[in-house]
Amino acid sequence: MNPEITDMKSTNNELSLHNDQKDKTLNRIFEVDDLNVYYDDFRAIRDITINVFANEITAFIGPSGCGKTTMLRSFNRMNDLIPSAKITGNLSYRGANLYDKKVDPVEVRRRIGMVFQKPNPFPKSIYDNVAYGPKIAGNVKKGKEMDNLVETSLKKAALWDEVKDRLKSSALGMSGGQQQRLCIARAIATNPDVVLMDEPCSALDPIATGKIEELMTQLKEEYTILIVTHNMQQAARVSDKTAFFSVEVEEESDSRTGILVEIGPTEKIFSNPEDIRTENYITGRFG
Amino acid sequence: MSGSVKRNRKEKVVRVGLTVTAFLSLLVSILIVLSLVFEAWTFIEGISLGWLWGDQWAPPFNEYDLKTPIVGSLIVTGIAMVVAGPIGLASAVYLSEYAKPKTRKWLKPILEVLAGIPSVVLGFFALRWVTPNIVQQINPDAPGFTLAAAGIGVGILTIPLIASVSEDALAAVPTSLREASAGLGAKRVTTTIKITIPAAISGLVAAFIIGISRAIGETMVVFLAAGGGGNQAQFTASVFDSGTVVTAAMAATTAPSDRLSEGVALQSLYFLGLFLFVITLLLNLVADRFVRRVRLVY
Amino acid sequence: MKLTTLNNGAEYARNRTAQDLHGSKFDYSGIIFRISLLIGLGLGILILGAVLWDVIGDGTGYLFNRGWDFITGNASSRASSYGIFEGLRGTFWIGVFVIVFSFPLGIGAAIYLEEYARDTRLTRFIELNIRNLAGVPSVVYGVLGLAIFVRALDGFYPNSIEKHLGSTTAAAGSTLAILVLPIVIITAAEAIRAVPQSLREGGFGVGATKWEVIRHHVLPYAAPGIFTGTLLSLARALGEAAPLILVGGVLGSLGPKSSLFEIEQLGERFTAMPLMITQLAKKPAFIGDWNSATAGAILVLLVVVIFANLVAILLRNHYEKKRS
Repeated sequence: MNPEITDMKSTNNELSLHNDQKDKTLNRIFEVDDLNVYYDDFRAIRDITINVFANEITAFIGPSGCGKTTMLRSFNRMNDLIPSAKITGNLSYRGANLYDKKVDPVEVRRRIGMVFQKPNPFPKSIYDNVAYGPKIAGNVKKGKEMDNLVETSLKKAALWDEVKDRLKSSALGMSGGQQQRLCIARAIATNPDVVLMDEPCSALDPIATGKIEELMTQLKEEYTILIVTHNMQQAARVSDKTAFFSVEVEEESDSRTGILVEIGPTEKIFSNPEDIRTENYITGRFG
Repeated sequence: MSGSVKRNRKEKVVRVGLTVTAFLSLLVSILIVLSLVFEAWTFIEGISLGWLWGDQWAPPFNEYDLKTPIVGSLIVTGIAMVVAGPIGLASAVYLSEYAKPKTRKWLKPILEVLAGIPSVVLGFFALRWVTPNIVQQINPDAPGFTLAAAGIGVGILTIPLIASVSEDALAAVPTSLREASAGLGAKRVTTTIKITIPAAISGLVAAFIIGISRAIGETMVVFLAAGGGGNQAQFTASVFDSGTVVTAAMAATTAPSDRLSEGVALQSLYFLGLFLFVITLLLNLVADRFVRRVRLVY
Repeated sequence: MKLTTLNNGAEYARNRTAQDLHGSKFDYSGIIFRISLLIGLGLGILILGAVLWDVIGDGTGYLFNRGWDFITGNASSRASSYGIFEGLRGTFWIGVFVIVFSFPLGIGAAIYLEEYARDTRLTRFIELNIRNLAGVPSVVYGVLGLAIFVRALDGFYPNSIEKHLGSTTAAAGSTLAILVLPIVIITAAEAIRAVPQSLREGGFGVGATKWEVIRHHVLPYAAPGIFTGTLLSLARALGEAAPLILVGGVLGSLGPKSSLFEIEQLGERFTAMPLMITQLAKKPAFIGDWNSATAGAILVLLVVVIFANLVAILLRNHYEKKRS
């Protein structure tokens, strides 16, 4: 047993804010505390407090504009790329403050990978797409070692059999579903700890979606996954925990802010939610 | 319904009128080609081929050494691209990948306004500032008119054009690619060099080609700074000599027109014009292809 | 036990402490790259700024000394009494030609290409042709002007350029009007293309004819963009020198002075601001104060050209911002 994990367990028991104590893996990856994200003066999300645990799939659901994507992009500091974005509150990753001045966002993103809404393979070969991350990190040598890594990653993404004969052809020639699985292979090739997925199936057909969902349940054996989805059935099918976000409209200024309504085990959220707003949304009564 | 008859007639008149204007551009092209080809042929017929190889380009003396203006054009264009290529590309990359939106908001208009500086102004600057402060610093024996000064002047002129076309090409690369790269833990420099620039390469090549085409076609800077205004230029392959280029030789043929001899001296400019037209046309067509390729991918 | 299925690399990554997130202390490659980009951009703007500064510094002093005389006076053989009126007059008339011919023809062609023409091979060829015409060197347009306007007006005297019969203001204006025509078409077509389709559908929906929709809905919406394009092409025409040399512009004084608006001068020989600057710049700098006189003339041209450019670009940015 890894000593760090027993250690984590003890702190977990003391500090846990949710009723997750009975959970088997009390290995806490993210602790989000009172997080607010602003774009200039516009507050995108308000006072979010969430814990995310290892080797689970945590799904963020909610109506458009509820800030779930903003929340997701805060976990690997992708919001830093938007010059107007500001953040307050606390977000720690394995006990370290992610937004500490000394933290290098580049190092963060090497551990916390991301898959985007629209498949966005680089205009390079399939091989080069997967090899890109390890190559720029400089910890994998070219040649045999890289070949093995590319193969392993493509196998993990359930894509190897479809592309093994055309690794050198352009990734742009693949179907949308294949492209998205390539993006997953590309993300896990850097050997990340966490994979963030921003509506990874919204641009795909049902068959491709099914493949990716199957893949996610396999990948959680090794990785912690956070997924934003519009599709409630998808959240119900794949996730262990579900967080429901909603929009709060301020009457006077008509400004819309995303808030977290509740988070809990997926079965509970979908069968017996605590908040009436969650229930309305789940049952389709929410506009 | 008589109103609708009137309306219909008006529609027809407008339509025909507009069609005519659009076809005018074809007429212009045809006229350019016809006037060039016809007179260039007169020139070819009026000379003996041996006149095209010698030591100088001097229409008044029936000496038409072709390599004089062509080598001059190559030298000036080469120097211009050495100046404008890196500076234009660096400006574009900075503007598109590094500058904050606020900075870009005032930097880009400045660059565009600078692109509007007339070329005579650059010619004057090349003659009066570049020659003493750059060229004669590098080579103290350089004369007052040099191909080097002209090349630098043409380069300065081309910077905003290359920067602007390159910036367009970089801006056409989808943000999602930059995000994907950043999401894999790439630093901005890595994303720029390994992802954004390769993805925009067609457009960047197009920018470079358009720059070359512009530099070859530039007249006044060379006319003023390289001594190309005279109607007689010795062959040279040295950047520190005075000389002429295709365009300046054309302008010089008509400028001191009273010295033109009888015969085909005037027609020589049509011959050079045809040559210039074909070269720039080819360059522009190639650039057009590259620009299209960018649009096809994204 | 889930964790035992991990490979060593992943376990290593997970066991890293907070310090590992700090990254290397100093990002050399990033800093060096950024600095070299800044040097490039800085050089570009500095050099072009130096061009302007050089001219403005020299020119303002000279203009201040000479005052109105410089604007209204005729060319002279002494720098101290030189005037640029003839050049201004020629440039004024060139501007008139561009406005009268290029603007309506160019905008008309743009309307045809964007609103009427179907996507046929011929249309695509015309569009390609226009893009190429925009890239033809200006000196080639001078050749066209020489062949069509000058020599046609000269009558059919071979090699009669010595007589300069056709080297008139009208020939110069027509040549530059043709030169900027493709630029007017391209910018106007871009502006028309940016008009939302819904605006057209709205017009047709209330029973308007095609031309009525264009006149009442499309053109008003595209007007700022079209205006920007026309201003830029006007500025371009006013700064051109090379085609004017080929058309036979005078690099010197024209002689007796005629007033700005006299229409007869369209049939007379001409000069223009860029030609005067060319002639001034060729004078030996060490005799008299020709350097300052040149800078003064350049400054006058720059004020016109840069002002037109600036207005055009600011206008475009203003409307782009408003509509996005």
